[in-house]
Amino acid sequence: MELNIDIVEERNKSVVRLSGEIDVYTAPQLKEKLLPLTKMTGNEVEVDMEFVSYMDSTGLGVFISALKSSNENSSKLKMINLSDRVYRVFNITGLHEIMDLERINKVER
Amino acid sequence: MSNVDLIEMKIPAKAEYVGVIRLTLSGIANRIGFSYEEIEDIKVAISEAITNSITHGGVKEGEGEITISFGVYEDRLEVMVADDGESFQLNEVKSKIGPYKKSESMEDLREGGFGLFLIEVLMDKVQINNGLDGVTVLMTKYLNGVGVDLDDDQVSSQS
Repeated sequence: MELNIDIVEERNKSVVRLSGEIDVYTAPQLKEKLLPLTKMTGNEVEVDMEFVSYMDSTGLGVFISALKSSNENSSKLKMINLSDRVYRVFNITGLHEIMDLERINKVER
Repeated sequence: MSNVDLIEMKIPAKAEYVGVIRLTLSGIANRIGFSYEEIEDIKVAISEAITNSITHGGVKEGEGEITISFGVYEDRLEVMVADDGESFQLNEVKSKIGPYKKSESMEDLREGGFGLFLIEVLMDKVQINNGLDGVTVLMTKYLNGVGVDLDDDQVSSQS
């Protein structure tokens, strides 16, 4: 039950690729890595959640802190490639209203 | 009629074991015949209950135990999560939960408090017992939503 966090730094942009589960065990690790990125003024933080197989309210807590921090520091936070499951948790709690979320592109194969 | 198989597990109140319970739950819920979507919903609800026990006073992280019992019925799954920690102020907690509302300002946005709300939404029946010797959360999920009205989605509490 692990969460892998890969960060690629580009010019004024950080891409965070997550794979695994976000829960009470892994959320603190995510928070520790994600928050500093949102504190860089003007930085665009893109979190790729395609390979997140599980997320609960502990993940929401991390993204709420990150969003607050990005608002305070004039950076941007965006979550992309959300699976139906992960999107559902944002949606039920109403947080999809204030977060920049992009659902996974469901192309027929 | 009320044939039940009981499965009980005890874990140390440590964050790293919540995933183990999710795996166990998958197996049990799959055996009863719940769909993939339903199983994922129950996973979140149970994780939230255990997370509450670990982080909200219930037990001190690393100390104490959490007991998880699965009641396997023909038409439903009952999951009980019980800790041996201190009780918490249920009414105070309940007043703080709910979905995010647009009227809330960004500064007021809570970083917690969505856990109990998710349990309520994702399960068919939720009962919380807040006693002197710990907190017990009893959650029920029916197969194909049998036997529940939509309005029945609420938390009842006893102290």
